[in-house]
Amino acid sequence: MNYLKCNKVTKEYEPGKKALNSVTMSIPAKGIFAMIGRNGAGKTTLVRILSTQLSLTSGSAAISGLDVMKDAPRLREMIACVPQEGRAIGWLTPRQFILSYLMWRGFSKKEARQRLEKSLRELGISKYADTLSRMLSGGTKRKVLVGMVMSSEAKVIFLDEPTTGLDPISRGELWKTLIKLKKNHFIFLTTHYLEEAEKLADTIGVMEDGKLMAIGTIEELREKVRYPYSIKILSNDKVVKPMEGELIRGVDGHYQIVTTEKEAGKISKHLIDKGVKFSMNPLTLDDIFYYIVKKPIEEESYEDEKEY
Amino acid sequence: MKTKRSISSQLLASIMVNAVYAMVNYPIVLVSTILAPFSLLIVITFVSKGALIPVAIGGALIMTMVSSGTSMQQDLSHLKNDFKVQDMVVSSPAKAWIYLLGMSISEIIYSIPALAVLVVLAALYIHTNIIGYLAITAVLLIMFTFASSLGFLLSTLSSDIVQSWAFSGIVSTILSALPPVYYPITYIPLPFQYLAYLSPATYAAEIVQNITGLTSFSHSTILVDWVVIIIITLIITFLAVKKSKWRED
Repeated sequence: MNYLKCNKVTKEYEPGKKALNSVTMSIPAKGIFAMIGRNGAGKTTLVRILSTQLSLTSGSAAISGLDVMKDAPRLREMIACVPQEGRAIGWLTPRQFILSYLMWRGFSKKEARQRLEKSLRELGISKYADTLSRMLSGGTKRKVLVGMVMSSEAKVIFLDEPTTGLDPISRGELWKTLIKLKKNHFIFLTTHYLEEAEKLADTIGVMEDGKLMAIGTIEELREKVRYPYSIKILSNDKVVKPMEGELIRGVDGHYQIVTTEKEAGKISKHLIDKGVKFSMNPLTLDDIFYYIVKKPIEEESYEDEKEY
Repeated sequence: MKTKRSISSQLLASIMVNAVYAMVNYPIVLVSTILAPFSLLIVITFVSKGALIPVAIGGALIMTMVSSGTSMQQDLSHLKNDFKVQDMVVSSPAKAWIYLLGMSISEIIYSIPALAVLVVLAALYIHTNIIGYLAITAVLLIMFTFASSLGFLLSTLSSDIVQSWAFSGIVSTILSALPPVYYPITYIPLPFQYLAYLSPATYAAEIVQNITGLTSFSHSTILVDWVVIIIITLIITFLAVKKSKWRED
């Protein structure tokens, strides 16, 4: 089977400043792999290295046995990338843009035309095919870029934050396209929408400060937390430290408790009694993410568990 | 199965993106391209009461080729930094040299309307033999190679459009304002003539002006002019090739 393998991949843009710190992983090159992480976590640097746009400082990486540094010309035959902030050229129509991209890949004009018409139809953007890209909505522009890589012969597709800035409807439409696309392609996706990773990905990686913190299926990641429930404290009040479970800093810096169902019941009763605003839900990828990348919480910010 | 790839398609893609589609989608570009080299040509023609027409036509040809080449800098920077096109192309089977050669040809294509008019004017006003026309063509090609290599070199140094504008301003002063391409160098007071020789366009202009017969230079001066433009072009092209980084560090 084809694999994407990273062995201690490290990238330093400046000496001593590691954008990627010894990233090691091995995943089957099929379906969708989503790398999640905050801005600056190192996701884009990893995509740029794997898609042969950027040199690594040390370590090695390979896709289907082809080293990203030594075998780049052969690897480029089978990959395509939509970079972060990549845009369809404003003075071109989608038809002209995709045609040019396919010709850059070396397709004859005739074959490029056939491929582009097929992808325009599949993406449902044929009616915008002759409108200048600068006049298109954000969602359609993104679809054009996906259409561009989709129409190529590439089997490995890198999409760096493809849905950033899209409204929920456009995002949903793009997800449908990606789900179709993954049947015949391996998609390496980066996102900071955890819901997106949860909906689309077969395997998920979590990055923080240039390090790969965890990798696995959503179930495997869920097992890392061990607790099935999450309580989010919506105020900045002092919170209780659970007898069973863990207190972490979650979304927007608010406190979050991951715990058992029974303990969640007790804590929520306590919080209601104290008038603290909170929400409770079964563990989501958001909770898992914040659990994995958690930082130590200062003692003075929580109450002792014996108080409830 | 290995996909059969066509180099001519790859070249054509750069030409279509950077020249053909821009002109097809925005026809006003054609008007602007044609007008660009004529502003100074017209001024020089009126000021000299027609005496400097052949020199000014030669100058307009040189400046069209130089500005076509230096446009590479802004165009490559724009595609690379604002649309991330270069990243898309790097992660594909396209080769760096094909992409750049295509972009470079696209700059000439972009200037074809202006060049066509200037070539007709040159045929009417510059009276020389076949060797003269060939020498002018060689000078123009050398200047284009020099300018496009310089443009590419500078595009690798600029990470955004503001830097790109700054480089463009400096290059335009050195290659357009400083050299006496539209008029003989003898029109410049002596201490300032030395300043003009800082620009390779001055040497190219001397060769072309010598061919027009309006100004004459010694054989040794013309020989030095050829040597200078060839050596400068070789150096800049070498640096551009050396500096060219398809994959970033």
